[in-house]
Amino acid sequence: MNAEPGFIRRLVAKPWLWAYVAAAAVWLVTILFTGGRGGGEVLTAAFTFATFSVIVGIGQLYVVTLGPGNVDLSIPATITLAGAVATKVMDTQDGLILVGLIVALACGVAVGCFNYALIIILRIPPIIATLSSSFLIQSTAIAYGRGIRIKPPAALADFTTAQVLGMPVLALCVIALAAVMEIVLRRTVYGRWVTAIGQNMRAARLAGVNVGRTRFTAYVMSAVFAGLCGYLLSGFSGGSSLSMGEEYLLTSIALVVIGGSSVAGGYSNVPGLWGAALFLFLVVTMLNTYGFGAGLRYLSTGLIIIAVIVAASARKATR
Amino acid sequence: MNGSVLSARTLRNLLPALSLLVLLAAIFYLQPRAISYVGFNLMLNLAIPIAFATIAQMCVITVNDLDLSIGTYVGFVACIGATLLSGGIGALPFIKDLQASGALPATLPWIMNTPLAGVLVLLMGIGVYALLGALIHLRNLPSIVVTLGMSFVWLGLSVLVLPVPGGQAPGWIKSLMTLKTPFIPFPIIAAVVIAVAAHILIMKTSYGAVLRGAGGNPKAIERAGWSLLKVKMAMFALAGFFGMLAGLSLVGLTTSGDANIALRYTLLSIAGVILGGGEFVGGRISPIGAVIGAATLTLAGSFLSFMRIPPDWQIGAQGAILIIVLALRTLIDRAEKRR
Amino acid sequence: MASAATPIISLNGVEKSFGAVRALRGVDLACHAGECIGLVGHNGAGKSTLMNLLAGVFPAEGRIEVDGKDIASRYSVATAQAHGIRCVFQELSLCPNLTVAENARIMHASLRGFGWRKRAGKLILDKLDEVFPGHGISASDIVGDLPIARRQMVEIARAFSVTTAPARLVILDEPTSSLDAHLASQLLAYVRSFVAKGGCVVLISHLLGEILAAGDRVVVMKDGKVVVERPAADFNRTSLVAAMGSVAHDEGANAATADTKRSETEPRVRVAADRQAGGPELIAHQGEIVGLAGLGGQGQSEMLIRIFDAAGKNARNVTVVGGVALVAGDRQTDGVFPLWSIAENITISSLRRMRRGPLIDGAATEAMAEDWKQRIGIRTPDMNNPILSLSGGNQQKALFARALGSDAQTVLMDDPMRGVDIGTKQEVYGMIRAEAEAGRTFLWYTTEMDELKHCDHVYVFRDHHIVAELSRSELTEEKVLHASFAEVA
Repeated sequence: MNAEPGFIRRLVAKPWLWAYVAAAAVWLVTILFTGGRGGGEVLTAAFTFATFSVIVGIGQLYVVTLGPGNVDLSIPATITLAGAVATKVMDTQDGLILVGLIVALACGVAVGCFNYALIIILRIPPIIATLSSSFLIQSTAIAYGRGIRIKPPAALADFTTAQVLGMPVLALCVIALAAVMEIVLRRTVYGRWVTAIGQNMRAARLAGVNVGRTRFTAYVMSAVFAGLCGYLLSGFSGGSSLSMGEEYLLTSIALVVIGGSSVAGGYSNVPGLWGAALFLFLVVTMLNTYGFGAGLRYLSTGLIIIAVIVAASARKATR
Repeated sequence: MNGSVLSARTLRNLLPALSLLVLLAAIFYLQPRAISYVGFNLMLNLAIPIAFATIAQMCVITVNDLDLSIGTYVGFVACIGATLLSGGIGALPFIKDLQASGALPATLPWIMNTPLAGVLVLLMGIGVYALLGALIHLRNLPSIVVTLGMSFVWLGLSVLVLPVPGGQAPGWIKSLMTLKTPFIPFPIIAAVVIAVAAHILIMKTSYGAVLRGAGGNPKAIERAGWSLLKVKMAMFALAGFFGMLAGLSLVGLTTSGDANIALRYTLLSIAGVILGGGEFVGGRISPIGAVIGAATLTLAGSFLSFMRIPPDWQIGAQGAILIIVLALRTLIDRAEKRR
Repeated sequence: MASAATPIISLNGVEKSFGAVRALRGVDLACHAGECIGLVGHNGAGKSTLMNLLAGVFPAEGRIEVDGKDIASRYSVATAQAHGIRCVFQELSLCPNLTVAENARIMHASLRGFGWRKRAGKLILDKLDEVFPGHGISASDIVGDLPIARRQMVEIARAFSVTTAPARLVILDEPTSSLDAHLASQLLAYVRSFVAKGGCVVLISHLLGEILAAGDRVVVMKDGKVVVERPAADFNRTSLVAAMGSVAHDEGANAATADTKRSETEPRVRVAADRQAGGPELIAHQGEIVGLAGLGGQGQSEMLIRIFDAAGKNARNVTVVGGVALVAGDRQTDGVFPLWSIAENITISSLRRMRRGPLIDGAATEAMAEDWKQRIGIRTPDMNNPILSLSGGNQQKALFARALGSDAQTVLMDDPMRGVDIGTKQEVYGMIRAEAEAGRTFLWYTTEMDELKHCDHVYVFRDHHIVAELSRSELTEEKVLHASFAEVA
């Protein structure tokens, strides 16, 4: 009996809890409207779409954890490029699924290396480095993918849309991926180093942390996850399109913020990404259910992000 | 010692203008006819709104922040310009729908048709910018997240005002933007006026020095008794003001509004400031350079089409120009340091 | 003293504490019109605190009178400025992105309206011409492009320039630190003429010649108190150095211990001598405690960072055998990870040793944290508490535990005892001695004489060069001070 209040207290202290609470509340309000019908379908859809944003959210989280000024703005362009290249390479053949995956991930590695080269060799601030490289990547993707509308291999399309008991298989995989990345963040030397750099880069260097390699890995990881997302998205949505990455710029950053991680770096958690992704999708569903149009959806998304960041700053101030 | 520092700085300052001249020379080489009254009118028309947006972004960058919402804000202003500012509340699509369905009379009272509603909303937009500056300063918030959130707010508001592209820009803006000036094309005159006005405002006035100083050494500004809160609010309000001019000039050219009309302006404006010799931190900016940067980015598109490079590569070329200029700057800095 | 008139500002029994550290313990000081006060003292004597207090940067306890009125509680930067009290801080308070004239405008709110730039330029240039004839600075120069000496000249000239509020008391903190001898003499000459016209200057400098040449009165501070206050004419260099030194020479026994034979063991760290300056090379052997002495900020920290960066690499002029760890002195910027627990802060440098498979071994890190909690005596109920829940001294112990707990052969200490209470100090001294006997090498930058007595060998730094090398038997406070304060001309 004694352990229980302690457990609850520890749970309440978790910064990621609130994203889940909010997601559950929004879901309840949504099915209240329908009188309980369709609640399961809404959840299935939420998990389906949240999956893709969580994948890029993980990469963005690692980059943001590196400290103020670190953010990857090239995620949307990388998604588009990887999707376009992978679908073209696979050319609808099931046998080339693995090759496609490798190519998509390789796109990510290349983009990540390029980004970090701009940051470290040309001393360009990360925001501008990833911004300007996203211009280049976007153009490459457009030029490469122009006019082609190749269907993804059937097996890939099947995999990305498969469900077990109403739960998307892909979502289960990404839940596992998130669990692994949470362990990497908390329980490996690399994760500790990322967190240390985010709190105080100079102190990290003087404590023997290999700052350069750690940052490099984070930027490459972010781009690789964007590549993976592009690959899976092209399978899911029946081929790649030139605007498929667009929404993921804001989403990836919003997930980090709403999930309870600090935008100033050094304090992050992966579970919150899932809560935040479900929350964001469910808000859109709720507004749709109640008949609100696109305008109000955008408006509320924006206001939620600002409200969360202001609330987070208040929490920091009282601490 | 002094001489070498001077030349490195001069070189850096001249870099934006040199890039523009090189681009113009290349265009002249490829397509001599483009360097003419009509040619400039065509090539540089869109440079006017981009220049305004770049100046707006520059104001925010001066105080070490970044505005990722300027693109949707410009779109919002364009939507307001095409509706409220031309025909008052009566010009809003949903009011027209109500009129069509008979819920509202066909002729509305004057209060519903006065463009004052548009003026009011635009002023409120500037007010929102000032409040954002205050919020970011008081709460010490990261500007990229706040403005990213704002980008959705502006987009949502634009969609509410104008669900589908349409509306009608006020006649006076349209005729101003298509002005046929003697000898020198209007876009060039406009660009010079924008550059000079912003230069006087930010670089020449006595409070402008304080505004820029707050980017260079905020502690010193505070120690000298100035309010950093006021500085931030002023700079964000200025950004809102120039962003408004960008939206109005844009809608004057396109004649109708669209929520998504200026999404790329966010990235273009940042690129323009950097191309123009501005720096991200430290309050080192140049309004004249920013306008030159905006013109360079606009002309890059024409240059590519003269080169018969598909328009797909337009954004890529802008990215490449940005990287090359930043690389050159790093090189100059390193050479300077070595001495 | 200089006159019977009311002083511009007078302090009576003023105290100031930062946390547990008492920076000022009852200071009496009066600044009169028409005098130049030379303020000297060793590092940490309280000079900077005193100066910030005079400038109104932070409040203090005690009685502060300005022009005869007690305004201790309401004293602020604005009050100071209104009464003509100006300050030239050591860290430059110019905006590097603005021109010289624009920086003058930042200080003088009245410079506005049409033609302000011309007036600001004239104001600052006239003052520059007056203080530093032939300065070669133009009003339109961007401050960030100027060499450091010229920036300092601008800052000084700005402090003496007058628009609406007068300049009556100007506090100069190490104003000549980046000026050459010629410019320094120009400044001192101006200080004398300013004083002759009825102004007052408080001059802080570690160049004793300047203090003796320009000061009417010399105030010596030590341990947050004014210990000596006499006319400058009563001093010469030797007596001034003596006045700054410790009153009683205790712990004489320590110094008497014999020198360890340096050549017995292999050197762990070797930094080649600076060829231009011609100083000695820096060597630290296994099991040695090597002190880096001198005044604060004379290049000792930079030397430690150089050695830290050279470890494990093929660096030019620096050879390091084995791993190194660093104990930061400036905890906030160089040491502590503020969002982490005490245990996480201690184990960060040793994580690679404590892995099981790809993961960090939680039991091992916990054991290490507990072990060091006992060994170094960190006062906390739980090592999983946030590091910021500890007092400054205990945070510093955690940083020591981080370095000593790592497998590094050499430990670099960057003035780590700043703001640490005496009890903690004693515990840590003992631990360092024991670790050294076990074979560890320590390089210890410290500005405190008492700590140098724990060292086997001492290098004295001045202006980023090693200027003296003292073995344990040669080490005396006089020698260190003399080497620290030696002057070029």
